[in-house]
Amino acid sequence: MRLAGDSEVSTLETPIGPATGRPPFLSQLHEWVTTVDHKKLGSMYVVCGIIYMIIAGLEASMMRWQLAWPGQTVLTPEEFNRLFTMHGTTMVFFVGMPILLGSANIMIPLMIGARDLAFPRLNAFGFWLFLFGSILLYFSYFGGQGLYGMGSAPDVGWFAYAPLTERTYSRGHSTDYWILGIFVAGIGSTATGINFIATILGMRCRGMTLMKMPLFVWIMLVDAILIVIALPPLAAAQIMLLFDRLLGAHFFDAQAGGSALLWQNLFWFFGHPEVYILILPAFAYVTEIIPVFSRKVIFGYPLMVAATVAIGFISLGVWVHHMFSVGLSPLINAIFMASTMLVGVPTGIKMFNWTATMIGGKIRFDTPMLFSIGFLCQFLMGGLTGIFLATVPFDWQVSDSYFVVGHFHYVLFGGLIFGILAATFYWYPKVTGRMMSETLGKWQFWLLIIGFNMTFGAMHVSGLLGMPRRIYTYQTERGWDLWNLLTSIGVIFQIAAFTLFAINLLHSAFKGRRAGDDPWDAWTLEWSTTSPPPAHNFDEDPVVYSRRPLWDLKHPEDPDWKYE
Amino acid sequence: MMPAGILGWVMAASCSAAAAPIAPPTPSMFDPMGEPASIILNITWLLIGICGAIAVVMFTLIGYAIIRCRAVEGDDREPAQIYGSSPIELAWTVIPLMIVFVLCMVSARGIFELELETPPEGATEITVTGHRWWWEFEYEDLGIITAGELHVPLDDNSVADMFLTLKSADVIHSFWVPQLGGKTDVIPDRINHLWLQGNRAGTFVGQCAEYCGTQHAHMLIKVIVEPREQFDAWVATQQKDAVEDPAVAQGKHLFLRTSCINCHTVRGTVANGTFAPDLTHLMSRSEIGSGVAPNTPENLREWVFDPQNIKPGCDMPSMKLTRDEVDLICAWLETLK
Amino acid sequence: MSTAPMTAYPTPPEALPQDGMSNGKFGIGLMIVSEITFFGTLIAAYVFYIGRDINPPYPQDVLEVSIAPFKVLFNSVFLLISSVWIWLAVRAMRKGRMGAFIFWWALTVVCGAEFLVGTGMEWYDMIVNDGVWIGTNLFGSGFYTVVGFHAFHVTMGLIVLTLILILALLGHVTPRNVEKIDLVSWYWHFVDGIWIVVFSVVYIFGNQAIT
Repeated sequence: MRLAGDSEVSTLETPIGPATGRPPFLSQLHEWVTTVDHKKLGSMYVVCGIIYMIIAGLEASMMRWQLAWPGQTVLTPEEFNRLFTMHGTTMVFFVGMPILLGSANIMIPLMIGARDLAFPRLNAFGFWLFLFGSILLYFSYFGGQGLYGMGSAPDVGWFAYAPLTERTYSRGHSTDYWILGIFVAGIGSTATGINFIATILGMRCRGMTLMKMPLFVWIMLVDAILIVIALPPLAAAQIMLLFDRLLGAHFFDAQAGGSALLWQNLFWFFGHPEVYILILPAFAYVTEIIPVFSRKVIFGYPLMVAATVAIGFISLGVWVHHMFSVGLSPLINAIFMASTMLVGVPTGIKMFNWTATMIGGKIRFDTPMLFSIGFLCQFLMGGLTGIFLATVPFDWQVSDSYFVVGHFHYVLFGGLIFGILAATFYWYPKVTGRMMSETLGKWQFWLLIIGFNMTFGAMHVSGLLGMPRRIYTYQTERGWDLWNLLTSIGVIFQIAAFTLFAINLLHSAFKGRRAGDDPWDAWTLEWSTTSPPPAHNFDEDPVVYSRRPLWDLKHPEDPDWKYE
Repeated sequence: MMPAGILGWVMAASCSAAAAPIAPPTPSMFDPMGEPASIILNITWLLIGICGAIAVVMFTLIGYAIIRCRAVEGDDREPAQIYGSSPIELAWTVIPLMIVFVLCMVSARGIFELELETPPEGATEITVTGHRWWWEFEYEDLGIITAGELHVPLDDNSVADMFLTLKSADVIHSFWVPQLGGKTDVIPDRINHLWLQGNRAGTFVGQCAEYCGTQHAHMLIKVIVEPREQFDAWVATQQKDAVEDPAVAQGKHLFLRTSCINCHTVRGTVANGTFAPDLTHLMSRSEIGSGVAPNTPENLREWVFDPQNIKPGCDMPSMKLTRDEVDLICAWLETLK
Repeated sequence: MSTAPMTAYPTPPEALPQDGMSNGKFGIGLMIVSEITFFGTLIAAYVFYIGRDINPPYPQDVLEVSIAPFKVLFNSVFLLISSVWIWLAVRAMRKGRMGAFIFWWALTVVCGAEFLVGTGMEWYDMIVNDGVWIGTNLFGSGFYTVVGFHAFHVTMGLIVLTLILILALLGHVTPRNVEKIDLVSWYWHFVDGIWIVVFSVVYIFGNQAIT
């Protein structure tokens, strides 16, 4: 947390007064606001992402309280609808995105031996756009009323299907805040994506050919390309929607010939790559962590690169699988079913390669590795239910049911968030110079495994029993009581786990054991500099001969470059 | 984490669903009541088989790694570095491709079997219109318009086919009765069709599956599959105009004087609004407000007094009637059998 | 890292510097890629809606493809030829001829400005005489969004071009800046290229009677 950019955290960590010899609070704040350093911007991204994760988690907890028993009246229907809209939007755009951008921000230059990103000021611009976009979305709770006192926060769901978002059905300004908040943040993310690509392609150190890059960097490269290709279409679709709402255009107005399906096509043309944009970073994290803690080189590096690129390509051609139930022709449904299942192949390759890396290794079960194994198991479940959902006839039963909710939480929570937790435990020492508590980490891991599987496993069953998503209440005759109760009880474990995580983050920032440069005995370049790294990252420009430069250094008798 | 566990839950759930007493059974897709739902369930069993096998293989491998490949205390030597193996990597590229191919072929067949362009022979044709937040059912051949409850007859082979034409009056909804088949969305600028089938008498429930606004949770669908005679009797009743009963004329006049008639139709009176459910045979239906409460005299009174108390956000406003006026109107409504 | 391996150990092959294109070229190139997907989406929506309009006026009632002064073909010629001028300007700068650079650059600005004025006049005509605005019908929504976003990009480009022109006239632009000036010209070529697509879709492909 020493690199935390948020003012609250800064207050905590910055004892004001001459005794410490530190500059006063304001000059500290000034430094954070004006910084163009990739490590500081990255840390601010991550801290903001974690704060939004807590907010969005609390929103989910409120919903689970409402749904714990049938017929509860904890929330009004409007409040419930706002909560799931804000929960989804926040988790995707203001938790997943900033944490991935932040981690890539910190790690890409360190891993490729560069001084900073290609465009440091553009990087700062991207961060502040993200922050203001997210604040704009949350300001809707106060500003969404509009002239007629309609609504407050948006209540149209995170994919905001037209025509529900048209002025006729969504009065007030809440949906405008949704559009603008994401639009602004999206411009920032696109700019940062461009920045990453330029950095990776143009700023690698001596010796680091493309095929000698750490897989983290490869995956982030594909991720950034997807960002640059997929986010502008969303911006264009949102512009059309905004013109409909504010200027009276007719893009999605069925009465004037406009099409509700066009929005779905445009949104999911962004939305499905977006899902891969979110999950690829988790792949990147565990691809770095699993080899280090198994003490083995990653199995099948070239195939991993190929699989990553394949996922990127295929993900641009699967968006219609979100629309299997809209009544498209059987042929179109079949084609997109095939393309969707095809994406399972490169993903499966990755699963096999991670497992093959572990087999024959000497695995150390430190917290980052525990979370990575949690990722493997849960992402496997999410991937397999993904194959279920890709099968059109099955999808006709369970699309828009709790089965889908369970599925994508296995992917995005069991996958992405577990990956993020693994990455936090793994790189926290590099960023702050101190270790996180292993004891708290292991408690958190087991609490989360129990809570997570209880909550989202039970959701699959409610979905199979016919429970649609996004309903604010249900009746006891439906027979969904038990599964909903289990889902809600799981939340208690998760809250406990994340409380431990917050305590661990803050406590370790002050009291954590000193980390040293290379606490995990790892192999990529970031571990060759100090923890935290100096502003210029490396005292000497690094030169690499293989994918694992530190392995070469530690084992000069048997270096990697002989085998690559 | 535990595929076997999840499978166990589903099995238990479908058993309990099958044993459910009088109330409509849990709308479980594992309890199919017709061909479409059965086709889907068969594909689902195939999926469970294949994906279950993949899960077993993967968990075995991961479990093996976790148990047998642990670091030993005090052993600082690095393990053998294995950079990859072309035959193995080729195997786990090609085998999944083959699995995907098989799954696609099997499921594509299911798609073509289930997505019908024209009604199967002898099917009851019904036009379904999704409204915020209730369902309108129109039997064009029979001249019946009703809401919330769909009646279909069993034919001689004890099969009730229905071919639905799906339209929306406002936003996107989705029509889903899991025991009778899959769902299809109901979209304003588009006409969709859906084939469902019931193969035994009973009431099967489902609800709107696409988020459509405040009261998305209360868009109940009840499909009542019944023997031919019962259905014919129902049709005969529905085709009649509203009952005239002088005893409740006061309530009727009150109803016709208020703006109720702008939205509701009661055939045989001047009320001919189309925004809200047809009330001509209100008492033949068992639910108020699309499943928000059972259709009992007390609930009906509370509903007419202030619907916003019962179904907040719905389009029916409180008409600011006194309790006495509500009693009069409801006394009349209760005769609309 | 850079410590040479000890002689007893195998010597690694030579590590080469990994220099690609300059960062600026990557940056502008990728920005253009993202802009293309943005315009691609708008144009896809426009194409999707061709012929689906319920309310008149239809494009063929309103759009007039004419070479007359300040009509669309006339404007297009000015915009497209400005790509040649800006190319000549950059070429002149590479050769260090700043006078020629300023001349061609100024000509680019004039042509770009003519395009904007022409678009403005066309819009005025359509709004005032034909009564088509963004809320009139699907055609209006699509037309003003697509053509409007293009005009917005021309405006942005024109602002940058004018700033550079002023700086050049003040003597602050020297041949040393040629790489950056070249990147600006990339953007201008992109704006012209997109216009070819917009023009084809809006004025030719979408401008026929509905069958």
